Formats: sequence, structure tokens, C-alpha cells
Amino acid sequence: MKNKRSIKDLLKGSGVTYGMVILAYVLVEIALKTGNISSLMQGLLVPLCIYSILAVSLNLVVGISGELSLGHAGFMCVGAFSGALFSKALKGMINPTVSLIIAIIIGAAVAAVFGILIGIPVLRLRGDYLAIVTLAFGEIIKNIINAIYLGVDSSGIHFSMKSEVALKLDAEGTVLIKGAQGITGTPQASTFTIGVILLLITLFIVINLVNSRTGRAIMAIRDNRIAAESIGLPITKYKLLAFTVSAALAGVAGVLYAHNLTTLAALPKNFGYNQSIMILVFVVLGGIGNVRGSVIAAVVLTLLPELLRGLNNYRMLIYAIVLIAMMLFNSSPKAIELRERFADSFKKKTAKKEVA
Amino acid sequence: MSFLSYLISGISLGSVYAIIALGYTMVYGIAKMLNFAHGDIIMVGGYMVFIVVSTMGMPPAAGILTAVVVCTLLGVTVERIAYKPLRGASPLAVLITAIGVSYLLQNLALLLWGADTKAFTSVVAIEPLRLAEGQLMITGETIVTITTCIVVMVTLTAFINKTKTGQAMLAVSEDKGAATLMGINVNRTIAITFAIGSALAAVAGVLLCSAYPSLTPYTGAMPGIKAFVAAVFGGIGSIPGAMIGGILLGVIENLSKAYISSQLSDAIVFSVLIIVLLVRPTGIMGKKISEKV
Repeated sequence: MKNKRSIKDLLKGSGVTYGMVILAYVLVEIALKTGNISSLMQGLLVPLCIYSILAVSLNLVVGISGELSLGHAGFMCVGAFSGALFSKALKGMINPTVSLIIAIIIGAAVAAVFGILIGIPVLRLRGDYLAIVTLAFGEIIKNIINAIYLGVDSSGIHFSMKSEVALKLDAEGTVLIKGAQGITGTPQASTFTIGVILLLITLFIVINLVNSRTGRAIMAIRDNRIAAESIGLPITKYKLLAFTVSAALAGVAGVLYAHNLTTLAALPKNFGYNQSIMILVFVVLGGIGNVRGSVIAAVVLTLLPELLRGLNNYRMLIYAIVLIAMMLFNSSPKAIELRERFADSFKKKTAKKEVA
Repeated sequence: MSFLSYLISGISLGSVYAIIALGYTMVYGIAKMLNFAHGDIIMVGGYMVFIVVSTMGMPPAAGILTAVVVCTLLGVTVERIAYKPLRGASPLAVLITAIGVSYLLQNLALLLWGADTKAFTSVVAIEPLRLAEGQLMITGETIVTITTCIVVMVTLTAFINKTKTGQAMLAVSEDKGAATLMGINVNRTIAITFAIGSALAAVAGVLLCSAYPSLTPYTGAMPGIKAFVAAVFGGIGSIPGAMIGGILLGVIENLSKAYISSQLSDAIVFSVLIIVLLVRPTGIMGKKISEKV
């Protein structure tokens, strides 16, 4: 009996999510094989996976743990740079796919360490204060990475926060991280297949975490911190756990991002607070706490500006208007009331028909 | 001497942050929302002055007046269309809408005025002040900025404590429901708050562009975020807090640029914010809120 119900639940909930991703993957692969996808769209496939992973992982913090984080891009940045550094240092020595897998593990681990380090002080704060401090941490990470110079030569690793010259490398030495110019020459190992596999792993981790005892504890803390504390749940431990897992997954997305480009630099555009906000928009529009919604929103909102490309300069304007309109339609108390009334009258009509 | 001049220019930059932060803090105190689009109102103010003064050749006073009027109207309109329908919705929904408004303003500016950087001519025509036999020079912009900041601060405090509208604002920020019962028009009070905040943003835009004369559709974004940090730093919702936070932030930023590293100045500013918030979780002047069980 119990077993039956769990299968039903699986079909109703997470099964659909996995199925959706796998179906999308199969359809895209068929289209790729038959040559029905434009090169523009092909370029978007890996970013779609990256943004989906980011949205799902941020949903763990914002939706499940109930903390507003505006520094998600910071963890992505840490993951991207640690992963890319590894791949660049070992470029040509091992198989690129093996190298990417190790880079992903390294990126996730380093981002998780940052998640713990940042989470310990940050999670003491609440609400908007927590939001601004996570934003600050994201900006600090980006800022510091922009000032790092790292090189290697026969006498070992050289590190500087000033300039390339200050590294004092030998003639044969190579510069690995070049300050604001970042890392160049990362192997482009990210593929759509790897992206989808990582997305499925992310979904698996997040969905199982949510449906576990730990997940229920995290949600209990979100719904009523004091009640949760009074029944003996260790608040900090669970919050930190959600924050760290989320950071590690963002790190994975970062590694994927780094291996999708030849040049990796920490710009405001890719790792600044704007990016964090963008990911938050995916989460909120997809439905806070709804993992499947995050994936759908990330895909739709990443494709939307590209589909509007024909409108040139107007596309971001339309994007902004659509965003505002969707928020008003979704969240405004009046719109919700109106929708409910409409749904009620619709129900009545169908009920009448059934009677007739 | 160089330390003193860095300090003074830091106070000047901080005064601009303080004026922007006042707008943030007032809106937060009353509507309990983070108005992410506030920084972009600054940019609109800058463009208004640029058009009126540089393109149309009118006197700076006309430019400033236009900027203030346009920004005030813009602030009120945005509030009416985008934020008012969401009253009572989740704070996150309001935040995302504000982000949408921010994108909208930036892209509208991009369409109307192009992406190229405009060279802004300063609206200040005061000779620089030379002290200590010319070793210490204070620019006209600095004098005007600091003076404006003091005037704004004094006027705003008087407005809030002495006028009926100001008292209504305090009442709404304390308890919306109770304020309604006392016969205060909450919607009107919130609209007035947005109007004042946006007018201050216009003033800040003029001062900012006069001191750092380059104007793009993204000019307002970073100062907006910094001012937001300043408001949190001082204790969001508190007017003297925004002032202190803004000036401290400007001074820290300028001194770290001068003595530590210009590249890391933002990181240092944000680190100071984090340290302050860890010691005082509601900012320097913030009220401690005790939780009811």
C-alpha cells in the first residue's frame, strides 16, 4: 500500500520534472540530428542548463529555506574560477571530459566551502539585511577575483594582488589568472549532454533533500522559526546545510559556464549582482519553492530575449514590461481575486453542463 | 594635507550617497519595500539636466527644475502603476517588480538617448576654494554638494517632525492599519513619500553627474546600490541613519581608494558593511525589533 502511494506521488511530482527535462533533451537531440536548430539556438543550449541549475539551487535557499539571497552569482563565480583554474593548469595532460568532471567536483567543493564561510555570519541576519549582506558578499568575491594575479613557473606558484609584473615569473612561466582579464584558454568541454546530466543530478539532489526529514525540518524553520526551535531543531545547522548545498550547486553551474567560453573574466554582467537578481527573477516567476517552475521559468526567460531579437533595441524593453506585467498578474491581490472569480464562474458553467 | 583633501572629497561623495539613501530609507520605512528602481531615477535626473542645459542651452537652474519635476512625476507614476496594485502582496513580488521597473527605465533611456557616454557639463559655477596656500583645494562641486546635503537633511527633519504630512508619514511607517483608523490617507502618504524620494534622487543625479561628468543609461545603478548599502549601514528606515551611513560610506570608499587599492575599494566598502551588520544586526541607528512569540 505504502509502496503504491510513493509511486503515485513520484508520478505526480518529481517524476514529471525529470520526464520534462529528459523529453526536452530527446527532442533537442532529434532536432540537432536532423539539423532543425539554428546556430543561435545551439549556442543557447548550455546556458539554458546553467541557468536552470542556478534557478533550482537558488530556489533551495529562497523557496525552501525562506531566506532572500542576492549573492548567488558570487558562488557561481567561485566555482567557475576554481574549476577553470584546474582545467587550465592541467590542459592537454588528461582527457578533457575527465578533466571537466574533476573540475566540477573541485568547483562544487570550493563553492561549498565559501557557502559555509559566508553562511555562518550571514544566516544570523534576517530578511532584507540578509539580502543586502549576500549581495555585498557577491560583489566582494567578484571584486577580489578581479584583483588576483596567479602564475606558475619552475620555482612554484606565484601570487599577487597588484599586477602581472609583480608576479616575478621566469621566462618560461605562465600566467594563470590575469587580474581583470581573468582566465584565458579554458578548454571548451561543456556540452548539452553534460549540462542536462548535471541538471538532472541537481534536480535529484534538491528534490530528495526537500522530501527528506532534513527538508521538512528546513521548511518547518522557514514557516515558524520559533516553533521549530522550541521542538529542538538546530536552526543554524539546517539553514547552513541548505545554503551550502545551494552554493555548491551554483559552483557546478559556474564550472559549466567557465567551460562553455574560452575567456573567463569576472564582469558585472556575468557575476555581478545583476546576475544574482536575474536568477532570483527565475525563481520568483517560476513559483517560490516550486522546483519544476524554476526550470521552466529559467528556460522561458532565457529564450525570451533571444526570440525577441528581431525587435532589436526594443527586446529588453519588452522583456521588462513582460516581467512587470507578469508580476502584477501573478501577485497583485486584485488580480488574484479577479482570477478566482473567473475560475469560479467557469467551474459553475462546466458543472451546469455536466448536470444537463 | 593630502589626507584632508581625500577626506573632504570622501564627504562630498558621501553626501551624494546620503541624499540617495534618504530616498531609499523613506520609501522603505513607509512602504516596507526595497525600491530597486531608485538608482535609475538618478540617471533620469542626470539626462534631464543634460538635455535642458547642454542640448537646449538653457540656464542650469531650469535644468535642475526640470529634472526635479520630471523625476517626481516619474516616481509617483511608477508607484501608481507598478507598486500600488501590489500592496499586500509578498515583499518578494514587490522586489521583483521594482527590478522590472529598473530594467524598464534603463532600456527606455537606452532607446531614447543611446548607449554612448554623454559628457556632462557641471551645473556648478563656483570657483574652487584654495586653503593653506593652495595646498588644499576644495572644488565648487564639493562645496555645493555638502551644503545641499545639510540643507536637505535639515529641511527633511523639520518637514517630518513639524508638518501634518510628515507626522502622517511617521504614523504610516509605524502602523499602517492604525494610521488608516486615525483618518490618514495611507495611499496619498505613500505617494508623497515616493515624490519626495524621487525629487531627492533628481538632486542627487545632478550633483553626481557634476562631480563625475559622464552619463550613460547605467550611471545610476552602482551609486543606487551603494546608497542602498549606506541606508542599511545606518539602519534602514532611519533618516539620520541614512545620513551617517552615506557619509561614512563615501569617506571609507575614498580613503581606501587613496591608501589601499582603487580596485579593491568596493570590496572594502562592502566588508565594512558586513562587519557593522554582524555587530549591530539592524545598522548603526536601527531600532532593535523584539519578536513576539
